[in-house]
Amino acid sequence: MERPLTANIRPGEPPLDIEGYERSGGYRAVRRALSELSPDDVLELVIDSGLRGRGGAGFPTGQKWRFMPRGDDAPRPRYLIANADEMEPGTFKDRLLLEGDPHQLIEGMILSAYAIGANVAYVFLRDEYRLAAETLRRAIAEATDRGFLGEHILGSEISLSLHLHTSAGRYICGEETALISALEGRRAIPRTKPPFPQLVGLWGKPTVVNNVETLCNVPHIVNNGAEWFRSLGLTSDSGTKLYGASGKVKRPGLWELPMGTPIRELLEEHAGGMRDGYRFRALLPGGASTDFLVEEHLDTPMDFESIQKVGSRLGTGTMIVLDDKTCPVAMLHNLEHFFAQESCGWCTPCRDGLPYVEHLLAAIDAGDGRPRDLALLEMHTRHLGPGRTFCAHAPGAMEPLQSGLRYFRDDFERHIAERRCPYR
Amino acid sequence: MLTPQETAEIEHELSQYERKRAACIDALKIVQRHRGWVSDEALHDIAELLEMPVDELDAVATFYNLIYRRPVGRHVVHLCDSVSCWLAGSDALAERIRERFGVRVGETDSEGRFTVLPIPCLGCCDRAPAMLVDGNLHVDLDPERLDETLERYG
Amino acid sequence: MPIYVDNREYPAAPEKNLLEHCLSLGLNLPYFCWHPAMGSVGACRQCAVKQYRDERDTEGRIVMACMTPAAEGLRIGLDEPEARDFRARVIEWLMVNHPHDCPVCEEGGECHLQDMTVMTGHNYRRYRGLKRTHRNQYLGPFLNHEMNRCIACYRCVRFYQDYAGGDDLRAFASHHHVYFGRHEDGVLESEWSGNLAEVCPTGVFTDKPFSKHYVRKWDLQSAPSICVHCGHGCNVAAQERYGRLRRVVNRFNGDVNGYFICDRGRYGHGFVTAPTRVRAPLLRTGNRELEAVGVDEALHAASEMLAGRVIGIGSPRASLEANFALKRLVGDDAFYMGVGGPDAAALEAVHAIRTETATRAPTLIDVENADAMLVLGEDVASTAPRMALALRQATRNRQKAIASGLGIPAWLDQPVRTAGHGQLSPLYVATPVPTRLDAIAAGIFRGSADEIARLGFAIAARIDARAPGVDDLTRDVSELAARIADALASASRPLVVSGVSIRSVAVLEAAANVALALGAKLGRPADLALALPECNSMGLELLGARSLDDALEHAERQPIRAAIVLENDLARRMPRAALERFGERVEHLIVVDHTLHATARAADLVLPAAAFAEGDGTLVNNEGRAQRFFQAYVPDGEIRESWRWLAELARRRGIECGWASLDDVIADCAASSRRLAPIVDAAPGARFRIADRRIAREPARYSGRTAMHANVDIREPKPPEDPDTPLAFSMEGYYGPRVPPALIPFFRAPGWNSNQSVHKFLDETGRALRGGNPGVRLVEPGADARRAYFEARASLPPSGDALRVVPLADVFGSDELAALSPPVAERIPEPCVVLGPADADARGIVDGMTAEIELGETSLALPVRVVPGLAAGTLGVPIGLPGMPFIAAETAKVGGRGTAGDPR
Ligand SMILES: Cc1cc2nc3c(=O)[nH]c(=O)nc-3n(C[C@H](O)[C@H](O)[C@H](O)COP(=O)(O)O)c2cc1C
Ligand code: SF4
Ligand code: FES
Repeated sequence: MERPLTANIRPGEPPLDIEGYERSGGYRAVRRALSELSPDDVLELVIDSGLRGRGGAGFPTGQKWRFMPRGDDAPRPRYLIANADEMEPGTFKDRLLLEGDPHQLIEGMILSAYAIGANVAYVFLRDEYRLAAETLRRAIAEATDRGFLGEHILGSEISLSLHLHTSAGRYICGEETALISALEGRRAIPRTKPPFPQLVGLWGKPTVVNNVETLCNVPHIVNNGAEWFRSLGLTSDSGTKLYGASGKVKRPGLWELPMGTPIRELLEEHAGGMRDGYRFRALLPGGASTDFLVEEHLDTPMDFESIQKVGSRLGTGTMIVLDDKTCPVAMLHNLEHFFAQESCGWCTPCRDGLPYVEHLLAAIDAGDGRPRDLALLEMHTRHLGPGRTFCAHAPGAMEPLQSGLRYFRDDFERHIAERRCPYR
Repeated sequence: MLTPQETAEIEHELSQYERKRAACIDALKIVQRHRGWVSDEALHDIAELLEMPVDELDAVATFYNLIYRRPVGRHVVHLCDSVSCWLAGSDALAERIRERFGVRVGETDSEGRFTVLPIPCLGCCDRAPAMLVDGNLHVDLDPERLDETLERYG
Repeated sequence: MPIYVDNREYPAAPEKNLLEHCLSLGLNLPYFCWHPAMGSVGACRQCAVKQYRDERDTEGRIVMACMTPAAEGLRIGLDEPEARDFRARVIEWLMVNHPHDCPVCEEGGECHLQDMTVMTGHNYRRYRGLKRTHRNQYLGPFLNHEMNRCIACYRCVRFYQDYAGGDDLRAFASHHHVYFGRHEDGVLESEWSGNLAEVCPTGVFTDKPFSKHYVRKWDLQSAPSICVHCGHGCNVAAQERYGRLRRVVNRFNGDVNGYFICDRGRYGHGFVTAPTRVRAPLLRTGNRELEAVGVDEALHAASEMLAGRVIGIGSPRASLEANFALKRLVGDDAFYMGVGGPDAAALEAVHAIRTETATRAPTLIDVENADAMLVLGEDVASTAPRMALALRQATRNRQKAIASGLGIPAWLDQPVRTAGHGQLSPLYVATPVPTRLDAIAAGIFRGSADEIARLGFAIAARIDARAPGVDDLTRDVSELAARIADALASASRPLVVSGVSIRSVAVLEAAANVALALGAKLGRPADLALALPECNSMGLELLGARSLDDALEHAERQPIRAAIVLENDLARRMPRAALERFGERVEHLIVVDHTLHATARAADLVLPAAAFAEGDGTLVNNEGRAQRFFQAYVPDGEIRESWRWLAELARRRGIECGWASLDDVIADCAASSRRLAPIVDAAPGARFRIADRRIAREPARYSGRTAMHANVDIREPKPPEDPDTPLAFSMEGYYGPRVPPALIPFFRAPGWNSNQSVHKFLDETGRALRGGNPGVRLVEPGADARRAYFEARASLPPSGDALRVVPLADVFGSDELAALSPPVAERIPEPCVVLGPADADARGIVDGMTAEIELGETSLALPVRVVPGLAAGTLGVPIGLPGMPFIAAETAKVGGRGTAGDPR
């Protein structure tokens, strides 16, 4: 089985330095692109590959790039940003790529910047990822020394300066327009879309924001072709995916597997099934802001379309497993506390609605719920949905809640009827 | 007054950005790295260096949870309170810190040794529960390992 | 193609957003974060409606009206249950933390949040938790801060920071802890801060001086009025209760002030109730002090004093009618304008430019639409603040153009700012001292008045070779002139701004030449805005009067029995020695004024005049727009409008004016000059009625009328008559959408108790009241424009030790009347002179030192502030600050080594 993204990563060992990376075939794609391919060729390759964003929304990467203004009179500079803010609870995939193979990301960024005509790039890294920061810093220095970054890359007309920006906290920085605000040294408040960042982005200039995992795929697509990439997936979605699992499973962890690997295989084979004494209850397939799935969904392939069909989202592909001994109301309380805390405070429904939700869940969790609280929670799931808030933060927060209310109805009702948590 | 070291580090960051003010988050972090937190005085100094209004800088500083506008203890403990760590028992860790070190989440103990703050998911969900102490990551915690770890920070 | 709202057809308005469009169609749609002047940001989510793809779409989706263009074919449901429910929930969320303190909240009764809550129908609290609380801040003398009431609509920071350029009010923290204030307690610096009280849709920021004597909006008696604190003539409403002027608020006029007035205008009215107020006639008998006397005694004394040669000294801060009455009383030859020396020369130059050249005085909207601007000589932010705010908006036109090129509409606020990142339309500022516009200027020039004038002439000559130029410019200056000229000449709506505060005829003529050169290029009169210091400076000029210097000369020539000084403190107009000499030559000094200033204290008789809120009249602003102000209430004591005193004095001198009411004065005044003829139309006359009814000054809910005089007489007194205006001192009368714009006493509409109700009176959002913006323009560039260019003149700086004096205006301190208002007085800086670093060094002076300043015959000890950027060879001298004498000197000497003053 091919594992292009993690081929160079050995748990417990330091990442390859630039020599090791080149020896293993690294930077070949850059050499090839700069000598043989036009930016449009790279763009076409990525479009054909069917690569979809790995940051959560799954937007087709090539299409996103295509919105960048092209041609001589297009505004300059243009920017590429790697979104390495990974803060979605339950998500720990980008860290592996950052710490395990930094040159892969850098190579992916050089190629992507080439395709979209960007000459300045940033890695927007969350501050807590100290090891990743060190690793990246070293790798950027190495790549600059070797002429892969800076002016006239490998003697070509192409230049790229790559900067590492470490942030100062706040989940909302992961939202691409808030990220741009943060990078400009402002409060990380999302921006109006449209205009999309490709038109009006960092410092008002055309900008593409891509997730780390998305970018790491690009060198392999350039090396092996679009066809190859599509063939990696088990379903209509292409490529491999970093899947993960946490919660009371035997072997929590992260695995690179073909896109479309069924949930059951992930859960039972790779994560080793539930820990002794615990039974499977439900899972969030792709981080905290995805809908719960339950037993009946376990044979669903983990890809964008299939997961959507069963009422959730692939999200980041790292799942959080709920067991039978953990109170689902308390879990939702924990989740909604997170979302309420991480609201940027710009729009009303999110800023004041999420604390309301948290308050209701806290009350129910503490045995102080009232029957009408469930209707109030449902009201919130409707009214904090897409389009009603300024950005996707609050709608994301409602996904686990709306499905939780459906799948754990009995638990909610027991809490209220018995005026206590039955799990305690 | 910013130290020459701090000023030099901040000025180094400026080259990364199109505009001076974009370096303000880096500047706040640099000062915090040297002093533990960002005082009003430091805030004024940074604002002056970056030629931005001090109110604007504070608007940014107070937005981000990793910038401290109040003094902290000798060590800052960030206890992950997100879902995977919670599933793995992070509540018990918070309870343990309160019992052993007499400090609740969000507070600093009376001797000024630890400030304990909650932090969203540290990206270690496979090795939960996790925490950062002074930026160093500690994973696979349980109450005993927590004690051991914290005792190492005097 | 039309748009469909709840299946009814309405015209589309693709250039507007749907919220704005719905409001102008008269539909009620609640909102918070949108503001007509500040555009849409989509933060509050209150304006939600359902949008349908087409007729067949029954699902629809919720969109924010403020973020959606009212494009052709749009189908929306405003009344749709899901949208209604969502709007009610937005209020429910806002109410989670909002205190239930309406009964004690000063916003109550004019609270937009209250209105919107009622409109959405949310009325039952379901949230059981505690409310979060905030600490409030001390923000200075103008505003209260009550953060718990905040609903985080972000309007305050968007106004203060984005719109008005203030730095010290921000949003802090995040999620539901967001906090709006300063990073530490302290006075809000911006001279626009008071608008927060109107911009904030709840009671977070409220008018602090008003809260000392607080009443509900519905209990205020109001009248349409005009701000008297500078020449811009912002429209305001003056509001009273129990015989006391309580507050002044903005009154929309799209051509003059739009939605905003400055703090000088909002808080300056304190002079009306200050201890300096004159409420009864004051008479000096023999060598005694002034003593309050009855009206008969005063008039009797006046008759005697007037027996002989009498001259009249008018005033740029008195109404046209008052000045006209004085002119009638003393005769044209004995009427002087009450401004002398360099100030009079500058005013005359303005008059000449306005009436003899083909330049056009721009309206507010014209200023805001300009795409290249030159400010020549005038620190407008200090002398005509509202114009500076408009210039600030004009600099954003470049961003709007860039955005428009990307398909982003001008009202989509944040994308416009982002797309035009930091790009500003060119604004050039040429002033002696740094100004608050410098930060957004494309280029700055510092120099003395003459140097600025020379720059101006050079710019004009560069734009049009026929304009007279100047030689011997330095390379830097001529390059700058070329740069400015090119920017102006390539603009489609260039604007030149100047004013009289720099006291230089040369600067004004240079500004006129630039505008004339631009006009030649454009083939139409170019916009030239000239800032004037007082509320009727322009009116006085149009009325025609000779300078105060001529009055002194007159008195020198022949002894004078009496001088009548109308609403004027001559100590602010001429040097003390000249004033003393004048006093010797005049046997009796009669002052008609509301305020006991130095001149009044020296008078033999003071007649108590009505202040602006207590009388009616006409003022002519910068733009040449005649605007009427109306009496808000009947003052107690023996206070009368100046024109009534003067008409009475005239009668006693045997001149029968035959004026029974203000309309008669206006008619005579209009008949006296072709220019002034249109003033009759500035507002409807006293006989105007709507359905036989006067316009009510009091809201229908005005309470307590039967009881408010019960301590005097338990019978309810008859409301006072008003012979002068079509307004009634009563709630009886008409109030509604048909009130002519010039007569709107306050804004309110069913369901809209706050000032947001303005939109119910508008023709076009942000632009015009229904029926047109109030006022008539008296001066349009026309047939009289006979002058091609002014001669270039401007001498070079003096040599030697002397410094060129540049007058410094202070936004709060330079206005005589506002300075008497206690909250404004708190904001006035101590007088000091300013010096550039090189000149300071050369004299061994450091910042904060006190130095001896010789200004002609006057010498003063004042602290020196060393200001980088001040032109070499100039000395900034504060003009008009309380405690400062009148200074006319053109050069100054800073005496030797100064002494260290108090460290400040
Ligand atoms: C509240 C919020 C948080 C987000 N956080 C992240 C994040 O931490 N990392 C990330 O790559 N994308 C995050 N996203 C998605 C980004 O907005 C954006 O879609 C993504 O970076 C685009 O990259 P992709 O197309 O490669 O997936 C977040 C979105 C939202 C609404
Ligand atoms: S939904 Fe609104 S408040 Fe929440 S993060 Fe997005 S913009 Fe901010
Ligand atoms: S007015 Fe439309 S979102 Fe606030």
